[in-house]
Amino acid sequence: MSKSVNASVAVSAQQKNQIDCFGAWTLQGIHKQNLDRAFKKWDRRTEPSLILNAESITRMDSSGAWQLYQWKKQLAKKREVQLIGLNKEHTLLFGMIEQAAQQLKPLPQPINYNGLALLGKKAFEAWHELKSFLRFIGKTFTTAIQTLSHPKQLRGRAIISIIENTGLDALGIIALLSFMIGIVLTYQMGFQLKNFGATLFIIDLLGLAILREFAPLLTAIMIAGRSGSAFTAQLGMMKIKEEIDALNTMGVLPSQLLILPRIWGLLIALPLLTVWADIFGLLGGMAMTHNMLNISYTDFLQRFPKVVSLSSLIIGVGKAPVFALIIANTACLQGLRVSGSADSVGRQTTRSVVQAIFFIIVADALFSILFSKLNI
Amino acid sequence: MQMADPVIKIENVKLFLAGQWIHCGINLEVQRGEIIGIVGGSGSGKSTLLREILALLTPTSGNIEVFGKDLNKISSTELLKLQCRWGVLFQQSALFTSLNVIENISFPLQEHTKLDKTTIKELALIKLLAVGLPMDAATKYPAELSGGMLKRAALARALVMDPELLLLDEPTAGLDPQGAEEFDALVLNLRKVLGLTIVMVTHDLDTLWQITDKVAFLSEGRVLEFAPMTKLTLSKQAAIATYFQGPRGRMTQHLYEGNHGI
Repeated sequence: MSKSVNASVAVSAQQKNQIDCFGAWTLQGIHKQNLDRAFKKWDRRTEPSLILNAESITRMDSSGAWQLYQWKKQLAKKREVQLIGLNKEHTLLFGMIEQAAQQLKPLPQPINYNGLALLGKKAFEAWHELKSFLRFIGKTFTTAIQTLSHPKQLRGRAIISIIENTGLDALGIIALLSFMIGIVLTYQMGFQLKNFGATLFIIDLLGLAILREFAPLLTAIMIAGRSGSAFTAQLGMMKIKEEIDALNTMGVLPSQLLILPRIWGLLIALPLLTVWADIFGLLGGMAMTHNMLNISYTDFLQRFPKVVSLSSLIIGVGKAPVFALIIANTACLQGLRVSGSADSVGRQTTRSVVQAIFFIIVADALFSILFSKLNI
Repeated sequence: MQMADPVIKIENVKLFLAGQWIHCGINLEVQRGEIIGIVGGSGSGKSTLLREILALLTPTSGNIEVFGKDLNKISSTELLKLQCRWGVLFQQSALFTSLNVIENISFPLQEHTKLDKTTIKELALIKLLAVGLPMDAATKYPAELSGGMLKRAALARALVMDPELLLLDEPTAGLDPQGAEEFDALVLNLRKVLGLTIVMVTHDLDTLWQITDKVAFLSEGRVLEFAPMTKLTLSKQAAIATYFQGPRGRMTQHLYEGNHGI
């Protein structure tokens, strides 16, 4: 049994223009640099013809055959080269490699857009996204109107299920979040107010900040992350598994069964969660006020209704339905745009959450401008 | 005897999708009670044709008539009526993953009929047993079922409304030989009992030989030939010959030549 020896080449003793190949021409056996050096040396020789003798090759695999083919090709550029001595299996292998090598073509390179072309491509994609967004809104809206005139088509159970998932299950985390925001806000503002000796105004400020801005905004952002991603992933998976197609062929509109319940559900759940967040935000504020500024709970609660008007609460809770529509529509749209792979689900889920949060903040800013103009 | 109207009539359908002409003029007629196979190389647009018949996709030009209704001009109420007359088995079963088997099968009944819950459940169970699923599969979820059971459950769902037309996309793909055999026998039996018209996209040579009446061979966006297997396999056209004359093709042909119509 022959021991597996590294591949090597040497000039034949018998004939001057013959190169004998020895050893195992395999992935492990070939040391490319050594053999390269040897072959380069022979490339500089001037004999008009050359014989490669493969008789003494003990083993050969595809990488060995490939190397042999490459060197044969290289040497054949300047002279006639003959390959002899391959046994039956090696001949077959070498033949296969030769055939494959002749079919090699450079791989198509992905087009790399940059500069103006990239801008154009992005603009084009944004345009497509806008169109599908409008199509989606249109379809959902018309289905909603249809449902209102045929109340039986309202999917009560689905809506309640969504309220449970997005609202009830989120009570704990929203309470915790708002409580902590209350504490943080009180600390920041209370610190400054202390300098002016106006610590009592913390109550006014907290009322305004939490009820008008922080509770609705942070609740919406948390729910966008929590429920928006859930909706997108659910719808995306259904699209991949052809469940949406199945619904369409069964005469059930996905917008009716899947999308509208999510929109209605969130429209109901988010304002309720916002009120919940208001409560816990103020509780957090109260606790910190008592702790840091030595204003008792009773003093806080007595002063609160006097300085914070109902309109603050109403404005805060009034923003919630708008946020809910943004979250639900973005999530469902992106879910339906999933195409075919797990990668796509991940990507679309990310987009859905990022877009939802972005538009929530844009809407909030627009609200602020609107209210400042209206002097509310 | 006058020939009844074809169940499906596809006239000169062309489809341009994602930068390619997938269909360049498809013409096909499916008569009532026939079992039709649609074959062709991968990417020849077979599943896409099925989607066009189901009105999931609109052809670029040409028209498709199902049960005499032109899909280009159909209203949504008429389409809904059509959708209650056909049943579809998708390649990946497309069972609703959030519902268990019996809920999946009952789904069309719940959506489109006003029957009470008990009747719906009983009808669904009858279909569940008819496709050969055991009773204890009823409360399982799709994630807990094997490939063969998934297909059967999906078939039960497709049949629960007693449709007149059944469309199958690669029904035996991924099934073990016995499973595929049982599926074929099931389809044949159901055709006898329910009088179905069946259109299936398939690569399974055994299925094609054993249960189809005629097979349409799709290549380069057209129907090259539409004939029974005995005639199709003798075709001299290059694409068809390569498809059926490989070692697999010739072996099954040899088996069935003498026994066609078991």
